[in-house]
This record gives sequence, C-alpha cells and structure tokens, in this order.
Amino acid sequence: MKHIAIIGGGPAGIESAASLAQLGYRVSLIEKSAELGGHLSQMFTLFPDGRNAAEVLSELIAHARQKNINVMLNTEVIDAQRNLSGFTITLSNQKTVTADALLIATGFRLFNVARKEEYGYGIYKNVINSLQMEKKLRTGDLTMANGQMPKRVVFLHCVGSRDEKVGNNYCSKVCCVTAVKQAIEIKKMNPEIETFCFYMDIRMFGPYYEELYREAQEKWKVVFVRGKISEAAENIDGRLQIKAEDTLIGKPLRMQCDMLVAMAGMESTADAKFAQTLNVARGLNRFYSSTDNYLRYNNTNVEGVFTAGTCTAPMNIIDTIANARAAALSIHQYFSK
Amino acid sequence: MTQMPFDIFVLPFTLGMSLLFAYLLLKYAHWIWLLPTDDKLRILKGFFSQKSLRACGEIFMESLLHRKIFRVDKRLGFMHMSLAFGWFLLIVIGAIEAHTYAGGSAPFYFPIFFRFFVPYEADFFLSSVYVQLMDAALLLVLTGVGMAFAKRFKSNIVGMKKTTKLRRRDKAVLYSLWLIFPMRLLAESTTSGLHNSGGFLTGTLGTIMSYILPLQYMEYPLWWGYSIVLCIFFLGLPTSRYMHIPTEMVLIFFRNWGIKLRPDNPILEEVMILSCPRCGICIDRCQLNTNLNINDTQAVYFLQRIRRNEDYTAQANNCLMCGRCASVCPVGIDLNAIRNRRRLNFTPKEVVLPYDNKQQRQAKVVYFAGCMGHLTPHIKNAMVKILQASGDDFWFMDEEGGVCCGRPMKLAGQVDAARQLMDKNRATILQSGATVLVTSCPICYKVFKEEYNLNISILHHTEYIEQLLKSGKLKVTRQDMMAVYHDPCELGRGSGIYEQPRNVLSAVANLTESSNERRDSLCCGGSLANLTLPSAKKHELAKQTMQVLTANNPDLVATACPLCKRTLQRAGDTLVMDIAEVVAKAMECK
Repeated sequence: MKHIAIIGGGPAGIESAASLAQLGYRVSLIEKSAELGGHLSQMFTLFPDGRNAAEVLSELIAHARQKNINVMLNTEVIDAQRNLSGFTITLSNQKTVTADALLIATGFRLFNVARKEEYGYGIYKNVINSLQMEKKLRTGDLTMANGQMPKRVVFLHCVGSRDEKVGNNYCSKVCCVTAVKQAIEIKKMNPEIETFCFYMDIRMFGPYYEELYREAQEKWKVVFVRGKISEAAENIDGRLQIKAEDTLIGKPLRMQCDMLVAMAGMESTADAKFAQTLNVARGLNRFYSSTDNYLRYNNTNVEGVFTAGTCTAPMNIIDTIANARAAALSIHQYFSK
Repeated sequence: MTQMPFDIFVLPFTLGMSLLFAYLLLKYAHWIWLLPTDDKLRILKGFFSQKSLRACGEIFMESLLHRKIFRVDKRLGFMHMSLAFGWFLLIVIGAIEAHTYAGGSAPFYFPIFFRFFVPYEADFFLSSVYVQLMDAALLLVLTGVGMAFAKRFKSNIVGMKKTTKLRRRDKAVLYSLWLIFPMRLLAESTTSGLHNSGGFLTGTLGTIMSYILPLQYMEYPLWWGYSIVLCIFFLGLPTSRYMHIPTEMVLIFFRNWGIKLRPDNPILEEVMILSCPRCGICIDRCQLNTNLNINDTQAVYFLQRIRRNEDYTAQANNCLMCGRCASVCPVGIDLNAIRNRRRLNFTPKEVVLPYDNKQQRQAKVVYFAGCMGHLTPHIKNAMVKILQASGDDFWFMDEEGGVCCGRPMKLAGQVDAARQLMDKNRATILQSGATVLVTSCPICYKVFKEEYNLNISILHHTEYIEQLLKSGKLKVTRQDMMAVYHDPCELGRGSGIYEQPRNVLSAVANLTESSNERRDSLCCGGSLANLTLPSAKKHELAKQTMQVLTANNPDLVATACPLCKRTLQRAGDTLVMDIAEVVAKAMECK
C-alpha cells in the first residue's frame, strides 16, 4: 500500500487525506498546531449563503476519520529529502517518516497589516485585521477595546493584495466578498452600526457573490466608497480618523470611525525549508507553481511532490475542497501509470 | 629679433587657434549679454573683488591640479592632473622661453613651434634650464595620455569600474588630442636629433632616432602633422566634450561672483552642461548602474543628451535624485537642479489643491510631521511624546492633516502648484508666532529651509532632540543595542546634517559604523523623485542598501527619514526605527 505524506491539516489537507484513503492509500496527515482545521477553524460563516464554518469543518474532519489516516498533531516538518524509494521526512518530534509521495497543503499566511504602518495596526487598538473581525463575529462580541459598542465600522479592501509597494501584485480573491459578508453579519447583529467599505475594485468572482454585494447595499445599507484609505490616526477622544480619496467624485475625504478592519490578503507559505531542500518551484507571486496551469494544476516540478489548496494561490473554501480532491486524484493517476 | 620667423606649416594651427578664440569670445559675450540684469550687476561688482582672485585659485586647484578627482581616486586624479597641468606648464614655460629668446614680441605661434625655429642649442638666459623643463612637462603630459589610452581598454587601471561610452565624434576629437603630444615629441626629437640639441627626453630620443631613421626627410612632415592635429583639436573643441576646458573657467567665475541657477534663466545651466568633461566619475556612484545595471541615465549621459538636442524625457525622470553623483562631481555641477529644471518641460501644470486646513494656534514651537510622518505613525507619536516631555509650548500643526510642504510637487516639476502649497503653509506658520519649526521629514525640512523664507529657526527633529539633550530638557537611558545609522539623502547630502543624528543616536544606543556613510551613504531606493523605476526595482535597491547597512549584524538600523524607514523596513529582517522612536523608547526606560 502506497504511503502519502500530507503536510498541513487545513481543509485542503483534510479533504485530500479523506479522498486518498478512499482510493486505497495510507496517509500521514502532518499538522503543526494542536488541532485540524487551519484558518477555517477561525471562521464564522462562509459566503455566499452564510453556512456555518464550524459545521463544514466538522463534516470534513468526520470524513477523514478513516483507519488508513494517521493524524500527527503538534508536528512540524523540519526537512524532507527525495531518494530512490520516495521521500524521507524529518519531523519536529525527532522522528522520520518515509513516504512514496508528498502532498503539500500548507495553506496561506495572512498578510501582516503592521507592514502598512500608515493604517496604524499594532499602534491603535481599534485597527484590526479581517481574521480578528471574524473572531468578533464568532464570539458575538463586537465591542471595541474600551468595551463600548462601535458606532461606525470601516472595512478597507486590498491590504497587502494588489499592492506593488509590498511586493504583492496579485488579488487575494476572497477579501472583497469577506468584507461584504462581515459587514452584513455586523448589521444582522446590530443594525445601528454604520458600515463602510473602501475599495479599489469590487471583485465578486463566485456564484451568488454579486447578489450578496447587491444585498449588502440594498438591504443592509452598507456604504461602498471607491478609494483606498491613505492613513489612519487616533483622535484625542480615541476615535479613528481616516483619510481617503473618493475616486468617483475625485475629492479627498476625511472620516471618523470607531473600528477599522483591514482586509488582509493571503501570502505564500512556499518559503518552507523542506520545499527549498526539494527545490519545489515557485511563481512570481511566490506561491507554488504548477507544471501546467490547465491540465496538471496539482503537479509540481519535483516528481512525486503535489500541491493542494491555497499554497498554490488564494482560494475560497469551495475551491479549496474541490482542489484537494483533484490533488488526490492526481496522485492516484501518478501511481496508476 | 631681426626677421619674423615664419613657415607655411604654422597656418593650420594659427587658423584653428584664431577661430577658436573668436568663437569663445563671442560665446562668452553672448552668455553675459543674456544674463538677467541683477546677475550682470553681480559680475560688475565681483569683477574687481577678491571673488575673482578666489576663482583663479579655484581654477588652479580644480581645473589644473584636479584636487577633487584626487579625492575620488589618486590614479584617476594623477591622470587628469598630468594632462591638464602638464599642458599648462608646456604653454607657460614655452611662452617664457620663446619670449626670453626673442627679447620681446613674437608671433603667437612662435612658442608652439619654438624648437623648429630655434633648432640648435641657443644660448640665452637660463636656456638650458628651459629645455629640460619643457621636456619634463612633455613627459608629464605623455604619462597622462598613456594612462588615458590604457583607461579606454581597462578602466580599472585608474580606479573606475565603468568609463564613459563615447560616440564617433567624441572619439575623433579624443584621438586628435591624444596625437598632439606624441606628434610634438616626435617633431621635437627629430629636430633635436638633426641639430644635436634638445633635453633629456627629446635630445635622447632624437639621438637614438638619428641612428636608425632618415630624420632629414621626416622633420618637416612631422611639424606639419603637429600643426594639423592641433588645428583639428581646436576646430573640434566647441562641439566636443573638450568645450569643458574653456567653459569650466567661466563656471568657476560665475559661481564665485554669486550667479545661481534659476528657473527663469537658462544661461548658467548651459554653462554647467558645457562644463561637463564627461569624466564619468558619476557612473560608478549611481546605484541605478551599480545595482540595477541601468546604463543610460547617469548625469554624464543625461547632460550629453541635452547638449545634443536628443530626447531626454526618460533620463530626466529615471533618477533617484539621491545626489551621490553631484557630491563627487569634480566640476561641481548642480546635477539635481538641472534634472529638476528639465522635468518642468513635460509635466502638467494644472493641479487641484487638497482640502484646506483652517486650524490655527499660537505656540513657541511648531511641529510639522509631514505626509510621510503621518504615514509612519510610530514616528509622529514618538515626536509628540518627546515634545510633551520637553516642556516646550508646542503646536502639532498638521495633526488633523495638513497641507503638503510642496516639495514632492517641486520634484515632479510642478513649480506653480508647489508655490501655492508653500504660501499656505508659510502663512499658517507665521501666524502661529512660533520661533522654532520642527519637522520629521527631511524632504519637508529641505524645502522649509530653502524655499520658505521663514525668519525662524527650522530644525529637523534630530537637531531639535540634540538641543533638548544638550540643555538637559530631555532625559534618556542608553539602550543596550548596537545601532547603525543610515544617512537619508535629503538630510545628509541634501542638507548637510550628518553629526546631529549621530550625536542623538550615541546617547541612546551604541553607534556602529557602516561602509557607506555620510557623503557616501546609499539611497534607500524609496525616492519620491523617481517617477519611472518600477516598485520591484526600488525594492531591489532597498534590499541591497539594507545588506550594506547590516553587514556588521547590528540590532537596529536607525534613520531619520520616514520614507527611508518605510522603505528599509520592508527590505530586511533587522529592526528599522527612526531616531525619534529610539529616543522615545529610551525615555521610558528609567
């Protein structure tokens, strides 16, 4: 029985493990943290229809509860070597694992908003990133640092995405619809809170996303302003003051708000040491690249090394799960040759 | 002298020389004629003053001895010195020798062809000394020519990584210049060989040549040749880079008389452009060349394009304006100012003013964070803390957002729009009744100092903090960290502030050195002045600058410019902070 090592226990890793086990492979699912789920475990609801993220995750995990899957938690991959019989993987618990194929599913790293110092993340308490907002929604606690309810929440799109200055020219895809979703969720919890979205372009790529965007405006009165925020500062009374240009009317504007949510983009995790040892190719956007974007998306330049999910490009959950299944099938095709 | 010495071969030289002199006289007169009236008055006032003497001294030190090039590289300095000073000696000693012989007046070609007209060992006062001195001067020039020749093949010989790329026309004049001195050597040696005269060089060479060559047939053609190459050189000079020789002197005089580059008058700019000798020293200094392999935009090529009326749009824009080239330019050409002037010609002039800041307050100290200060809130917050601790009565002028200082617009060539912003800020500052203006941004600092005409003390925050520390108004604890200081272009080369930031940093951390400091500091790459370089390329520059700064593994890279901070902190793993932040941190730890 062929043995596949999957690095990363997020949705991509979990779903490909389940699929591979069903196809008759033995799987080691290596996850560095204490539980499976990756970023999905921190999400509240999923777009476009508000499906509860925890439900989706628990179903994924249930699917992967199979006898041929060995889940290794709190385990990090230190290094990996390719040899004649396959791969030898060195783990953080001093153990080594040998495998016939390697599936990289290490996901993404959230853009560190402090790198855009002008937004005051890490300086002003009420400047948060989109994942922190997700947690607020999950716990149902929308209050600010001082315990009071915000009167106005501003979302800023494209933080660390489509930004040449931080070296990320690509679109992170899901942030636009995430902001729309979060703004709606806020309104659902507290219709008194005003919500604004500052964007460069609205990119509603998925099915029913456009409808969600429309609903946000018509039903929930979320205000969309085309223009990026140039800077945020804290007033004497502790409120945030933001500066932007409304590029539709060509005028600069200043606005007070209580909370600024930076829609942080996705960054690559392909700088991992094991990937460098194996020489897995990366694209200009620093994510793993495929040998063929159309026909062999999950194949890398290294024979026996495959990829799945957001370690290859920004993706939503729907695409990630589909991509994980595709990766499992690619591996199966590789061994059935 | 009984009879005027003459031979028909002196005609090419005489013609070339006369035409050149006539051209130069007309050119000089034209320049002075076109200067604005106040500049003409400056010349009138300066002409019979010490300023002219000072200019003569400068011409001797720079145009002949090439002191500044010696500072860049001794070999390169020697090459330029031997050519210029050697030729100068040949002219001066030759003139004295010929006039002593003639006992008074002689035609002006006479000293040049003295050895032909007086081929034997003449006996007049100090005649034997002159012969040897002339040979020594010729040897000096020939050494320079030899080095220049070698430099064309391997610029490393004189300490240059890259030398100027030349075009066909340049080369023709260059070769005629190189030929002048070997021709003179051969002509004089032949004559010496035939008449058993000459000094240690021409005499010896002449004697050797007389054994193996039919000198009597060679003498006359060689003197003809010498005269002809001189003629070619003189005729080619006005349109070649050698126009720098007569023009640099004009520039030095103009500068000493107080004539400055200004937008409304192009004369000084023309003088500067023609003064460029295309030595190419600016090429190795340019990070676009050394780091990014961009080889067409350096000052020498940019000026050349202007001179040849070629399109220079790309070159005018593709410049960081870091000033590294200007700081070593041996002629002292105001390279940034010329680049900036030339941007005026193709930038749009209409501009919309940003929102109006109607706030006004009275205070002794006015603090201006500037746009970049607002984009780096750590810095402005640190400054507010320092200002509060100082006990000074201060007003944070642009706390609620303010009007830009105007310099980015100026750098982009939008002078009128910049003026509007400056007037607005100037009025606000004056109304506050402040005696001190403190700013965090060297870009603002430079424009406040140079363009605002404020009769109050204008300080960069590093100067202000230094004063606070000296007067004891601010107490700090030294942090146990090794810090390296990055000189921002605008603060260092741009404004001459090198010591104050170092003094402040030494008080709060252990200051260590970097290989490129002060005048030689590298640009961080984030320059606002370059409108064409892609971000990825700027990032590459930043990474390389960061590598140089962190060569000794410091704990901290400290700088004094928000733009440098932003750029550098994205380019490496080492902590990057503004000095104000370090000071604010050192105030907490008591």
